[in-house]
Parts: sequence; structure tokens; C-alpha cells
Amino acid sequence: MAYHSFLLEPISCHAWNKDRSQIALCPNNHEVHIYKKDGTKWTKIHELKEHNGQVTGIDWATDSNRIVTCGADRNAYVWTLKEGTWKPTLVILRINRAARCVKWSPKENKFAVGSGSRLISICYFEQENDWWVCKHIKKPIRSTILSLDWHPNNVLLAAGSCDFKCRVFSAYIKEVEEKPGPTPWGSKMPFGELLFESGGGGGWVHSVCFSHSGNRLAWTSHDSTVSVAEGGKTGMLTSLSSETLPLLCVTFITENSLVAAGHDCYPVLFVYDGAKGGLTFGGKLDVPKQAAQKGISARERFQNLDRRASESQSTDKDLNTLHKNSISQISVLEGGRNQCTKFCTTGMDGGMGVWDVKTLESAMKNLKIV
Amino acid sequence: MSKNTVSDRFRKVDVDEYDENKFVDEEDGGENQGGPDEAEVDGLLRQGNMNGALHAVLKNPPINTKNQNAKERAELLVVKVLSSFKSSDIEKAMGSLDKAGVDLLMKYIYRGFEKPSDNSSAVLLQWHEKALAVGGVGSIVRVLTARKTV
Repeated sequence: MAYHSFLLEPISCHAWNKDRSQIALCPNNHEVHIYKKDGTKWTKIHELKEHNGQVTGIDWATDSNRIVTCGADRNAYVWTLKEGTWKPTLVILRINRAARCVKWSPKENKFAVGSGSRLISICYFEQENDWWVCKHIKKPIRSTILSLDWHPNNVLLAAGSCDFKCRVFSAYIKEVEEKPGPTPWGSKMPFGELLFESGGGGGWVHSVCFSHSGNRLAWTSHDSTVSVAEGGKTGMLTSLSSETLPLLCVTFITENSLVAAGHDCYPVLFVYDGAKGGLTFGGKLDVPKQAAQKGISARERFQNLDRRASESQSTDKDLNTLHKNSISQISVLEGGRNQCTKFCTTGMDGGMGVWDVKTLESAMKNLKIV
Repeated sequence: MSKNTVSDRFRKVDVDEYDENKFVDEEDGGENQGGPDEAEVDGLLRQGNMNGALHAVLKNPPINTKNQNAKERAELLVVKVLSSFKSSDIEKAMGSLDKAGVDLLMKYIYRGFEKPSDNSSAVLLQWHEKALAVGGVGSIVRVLTARKTV
């Protein structure tokens, strides 16, 4: 497990390049900073300044090496690397509220932006006019879109929203792709078609994630629940009410296991049993540092009494987790979503943690990642 | 001083009512939810069957109904049952509840905090401590985020 503290401010969002040697992140302001890995150190190599408002989402298209950013200034920019510098291209999103999240599609020919205007903008490049155009998905979204995730078939898009629902839409753009074949989620997929909607109630849906095959969809909600739905099996919606604070981000690491993290500052493992349709808590993934419990000297005792009105060295309130503040984003580094070996978390403490799945499995005795 | 000759009634208009984008919760039919059965619960209490009374009072919660009376009656009944437990029995009773039951009990406990009566707060705090041990912070978060309260 490695932890690197980039800043003292929260990291709003981050994205990795193809070989994971560079990370683009937003240091809670209007800019995007790109850091390059130098052995164990990270050096800043680029600063992307174009947004007028906080950058709320970054996604790096690994194959075509383009970065898309979206911000609170209601704009999105596509950045391409020309002669060693990143040059922005404005994308007109036609929204009147801040953009909240952005994701490239798997084939990188379009991207989706979720915003506070209660709609999703699907943007694609129009060759004739040499600019990015967008189409809107509006119905039946009733509030801000907080998170997006594409299905591997490049057409279906999952969206988590503040109106307490997680939905799957079709984002089929006939100008850039062929008609998609049928999937467990549905076979008729015109643009904007709603293929799945979760039940209401519960809290804001903070994060959504498709599994590697695209047949399973997981989402975390503000009422401290994690839910998994399987395409085609409309009755199969499993939710687990967790005992922790709400989880802000989730990802599949194998077809049956999910890792989620949130306001409790440590990642948590969940295991989904497809046959029985059950979701169980797999374990807390943080290895606590071994507290050096020597005897407390008399001097320390009085010092503690003075400072905390109690004699003990540490209280339960001390965080002995890797991250010292909420974790807001999780991304898979190696292995993809079906055989993940490494994943990365960034949070409000300005730090980035890289977690190795094998090390975690051996460290936690009862942990089994199926 | 100039005199205000034009009516200022417009200042008292609730603008949010006319917002066409206003979020309205879905209505679930709640007319049949009258709350837990008083007679059944009283009977079980008189018999001394504490656990049974707890389970009975947690049945049929008036979550979807708009009838405030039903909600108040349910709340008073729950507080009555909780107060009649001995402190040592609380933990065992918590063990007999499932996850949904723990969440529902938390909702009732917080509702009870809203309107304290003679001894209710102390009793409710004891129950809160035990419920927290079983349900964790998550159960409290669910009380805070619930759109339809008890």
C-alpha cells in the first residue's frame, strides 16, 4: 500500500493515463495539474488552465490520449497533446447549471457529462464542422446527476442522480456507431431510452459502476446502502444497508466483488452472490498501523491529563486509517474490473492511496476475493 | 416620507409552489396503515411478554400515511413499550430484531426525542445506545435521509 500526499486541499477528481505514469488531478480550484511519476516521487509537469469554475470531473481517454474536463463554469474542454503542451477545445454543453461528472465512452468516440441542469449531455465529434456537438437526455431525470458509467458496449450509460434513483439510458448516436446488439438490459435502444430505473426512496446516488461484462450494475447511496442490479432480472435488486457512513465511490474488482469507500475514510469490500442474489460485507480493507504500546511514562500521563482530561494516549476518535479524510474517488489501476490487482483512491485529505489487492488479501486473514 | 400606494401582497407569495421543476415525492398508498395494533400490544404488555410487545409494536409502521394522528398514536405506543423494559433486557431484545427492525426502531427513537415527556429521554437514550451498537452509524444515517418518516 502506498500513500502520497499531493496537497493540503481536497483532490476534487483525478484520472490516470494509459501506463499509469501520469495522473491528472484537480487541486480544488479552477486548474488541472498533471503529475509524472519519477521513481517514488511525483513531479508536476503540466498545468491546464482554462476553466472559470472549479473542475468537477476529469477523464483521460487512454488510447487516444485525450483528456476531457468539466467544471462548475458549465463548460467542458477536450484537451489534446500538441508539441508537448495540452491544447483545449471548448465543447458547448448547452447547460445552465454546473457540470458534475464526465466519462469517455469505452471506444472514446463520445463522452457523457452529468450536470445540475437535470440532464446528461452526450457529446460526439462532428467531422464536417470540426467541432463537438451534444445531445441531451432529459426525461425522466428530476435532479442533479452525480455520477456516470458506460457499459462496455459503448451505448448504454448508467447515471446516478440526486432524485434518489439509479438509471440506465441508451446513448446511441447513429452518426458515430452501428446499431448495438441486444443486451440483458434490453434490445431496443433508441437514443434516450430508459432501460432500467431503481426504486425510489433512500438517498442521493453518489456513484455507479458497471461490472466488466456489463451485466451487473452497482451503486452507492447516501442512506448508507450499496445495491447491485442484474440486467434482465428485473426482480433481482439486492441492497445492503451498511453500518458505516455513506459511501461515495464504488468499483467492481472482479465480477463478484466490489470495493467502495466514502466518509469513513477506508475502503470496504462487498461480495455479491449472483446465484442467491445476496450482497454481503466482505471486510474493511485498511490495515491499521501497529500502535506501539509501550508503557506510558508518568510525564506523558500528566501531559495527557492536561490536554485531554484523560490519561490514555489515543482515543477512539483518532483516525488510524491511511486516508485522513473522506475518500471521494476510486479508480482501477491494473487488471481491469474483472481481475483488478491494484486500485487507487483519492480524497479530501489531498492524498492518493494505491492499494494492492494481493497484499490486502494476505494481510486480512478472513478476506476472500472471489 | 413617501407612502406605499401599491399593494405588497406579492411579497408573501410562496414562489416555490409555482416552480414547475419542483421535486415532488412519489405518493405510495398509505391509507391502510393505521399503525401498530394497540389492543394487541397492551395485551402482550399485561402478560409480561416484553419481546413480543416490542415485535408487535414495530409491525405496520405508519410510514406512508399522511395522517398525523396515526403517527402520534404509534409513537406514544412505542415509547410506552420501550419504557416498560428493564435496562438489562434491552440488549437481548435488540438481538431479536432484524436489520429492518433496527432501522425502524431508530426512527421511532429519534421521533421520541422530538417530544420529550417525563422520563422518556432517559429511556430512549438507553435504547439508542444499544441500537447504535447493533445498527452502527448507518442506521442513524438512514433516519436522517429517510423521505418517509414514521
